[in-house]
Amino acid sequence: MSIHLHNIGKHFGATQALEPVNLDIHESELVGLLGPSGSGKTTLLRIIAGLENADHAREPGKILFGERDVTNVHVRDRRIGFVFQHYALFRHMTVYDNVAFGLTVMPRKRRPSSGEVRSRVFRLLEMVKLEHLANRYPAQLSGGQQQRVSLARALAVKPDVLLLDEPFGALDAKVRQELRRWLRHLHDELNFTSVFVTHDQEEALELSDRVVVMSNGRIEQIDSPETLYRVPKNRFVFEFLGDVNHLEGRVRNGVLTCGDARLTVDLPDGHEELLLRPHEVRLAEAPSPESHLPVTITAISPVGAEVRVELEADWLAKPWLATVRHADFERLALRRGLRLYVHLRQWHRFPEAESKAPEQRHVA
Amino acid sequence: MRRIGDAPAVRRVLIGAAVVLSALFLLLPLVAIFAQAFSQGVGVFWSNVSNTYTLHAIALTLGVALLTIPICLVFGVALAWLVTRFSFPGRRLLQTLIDIPFAVSPVVAGLIYLLLYGRNGWMGAWLDSHDIQLMFAWPGILMVTVFVTCPFVARELIPLMQAQGSREEEAAVTLGARGWTLFRRVTLPNIRWALLYGVILTNARAAGEFGAVSVVSGAIRGQTNTLPLHLEQLYQDYNTVGAFASASLLALIALLTLAAKATLEWRASRREAFI
Repeated sequence: MSIHLHNIGKHFGATQALEPVNLDIHESELVGLLGPSGSGKTTLLRIIAGLENADHAREPGKILFGERDVTNVHVRDRRIGFVFQHYALFRHMTVYDNVAFGLTVMPRKRRPSSGEVRSRVFRLLEMVKLEHLANRYPAQLSGGQQQRVSLARALAVKPDVLLLDEPFGALDAKVRQELRRWLRHLHDELNFTSVFVTHDQEEALELSDRVVVMSNGRIEQIDSPETLYRVPKNRFVFEFLGDVNHLEGRVRNGVLTCGDARLTVDLPDGHEELLLRPHEVRLAEAPSPESHLPVTITAISPVGAEVRVELEADWLAKPWLATVRHADFERLALRRGLRLYVHLRQWHRFPEAESKAPEQRHVA
Repeated sequence: MRRIGDAPAVRRVLIGAAVVLSALFLLLPLVAIFAQAFSQGVGVFWSNVSNTYTLHAIALTLGVALLTIPICLVFGVALAWLVTRFSFPGRRLLQTLIDIPFAVSPVVAGLIYLLLYGRNGWMGAWLDSHDIQLMFAWPGILMVTVFVTCPFVARELIPLMQAQGSREEEAAVTLGARGWTLFRRVTLPNIRWALLYGVILTNARAAGEFGAVSVVSGAIRGQTNTLPLHLEQLYQDYNTVGAFASASLLALIALLTLAAKATLEWRASRREAFI
């Protein structure tokens, strides 16, 4: 079921947790709300759930599930499934009773028979691969298992939308990976509309059909993971989605200088700051006519698909990070203390004045 | 390697001091109560206990305690719920106010009630004109007992409910649970041990309360005399055996309470070990 938010904002006392936002989530879409802590993402999710009320603004906000206006509908009648960061399982109930809870508290008219409850609970437990633990208590399960119970519990009432608040935040890296993939499969299989909150860019980009990037109670950008990564709308989005290297200096006659570093750029005179991703940095043994950017290697981490190299120089305020293919790493015989030259494959620029203006890209 | 403070001399002195002090101040008085009560044989003890006035005092004390408990239970749960689940201006002040009955001397509490509801008190004329007597009757005793004991349940619940947070209740609401179902199936099971513990403490205090009750009861034998007041009267009348017979009954209530409390704590620790 689709979700439409119109002019939804929230104050806590004098602080504005969420500026009035509009958001459309399509039927059977998996959307991630991504942002640093305090960006308003959890507040937005809780407002969709009905656990929090939106502000009463002059132009009142509206929340629609499909055609149904749920703005003033109580949480218990919104037909949502909510998965909490710390699971919030009923600690005094077995796994079975936890999953069955939503079915057994239904009004008598709609409540399924006990046999039906039983078969539905076991079908869900089978789906989350926990049917052998039905009689355990939550405290006897691992974090990953508890989160799966919590998901089964939320799905038991056949919600219109599934909302997840940092669902994998409290789990270790490996379990998180596994559960992420599993949730993606489950979503593709069952085709429900879901919204999840995360502060982990990787998680948001890997899991979502579309990502809503938020900061300071504002929506910065809504796009597919590819678009978001390739065409960030502003500096915040660019910086939040991955590691960033900064190059600051003065441009005169098409040359940017900073200490003994020089780079030919096609920009008007003035102060400039260029941003680039680690993979946009290329290391070479010699400078070129366009770029003279001497650096020294200070740290090397060869773990993973690429080698991560930390670079320092007098002209850099903060060290740079470069990713190098293992083949190049061996060819250049990189080691700590080696002095090299940097060439830029590509750089980005977000003019200060209008932060909302689209980025400018330059391919070298 | 020896742990700090584990020198044999230190250990012996500390354990010895603990044993001597407990014997002197706790065990000996307790033994003395029963010894005095039975000093002239079981027959005398029994005739003192089965005396009409004593039986009435026992009935009044237990009756007041039985009425106090449900009142304090409802009040305590409502207050703990209010303080831990909602945020409103004055919440901290309210949390401090809960402790007033503990901070104020019970005698003062009794006097305040007398001042408010007594015949010459602020509400006295109105009560009199409606033919309602609160002071120097059992309702007055009940009122001051509730005042003195009302913090126990709330004090047990508040820290627990704060620590547990409201996530489970939120989860239950998202699953469609309504008010009473929510309380019965999610909140209550999580707080039941603390609740029972609060009830035990309430009962112990309600049965033993002397100061506040002595002010408002009037201590009319066979009518408004609770067990502690009855005991004091007997003692003033030089009926030592009678006084100690009543005292032994109060001590028995205290011992039963302690046993119940210990059982609960033992169960709680076992539950923790199990989980």
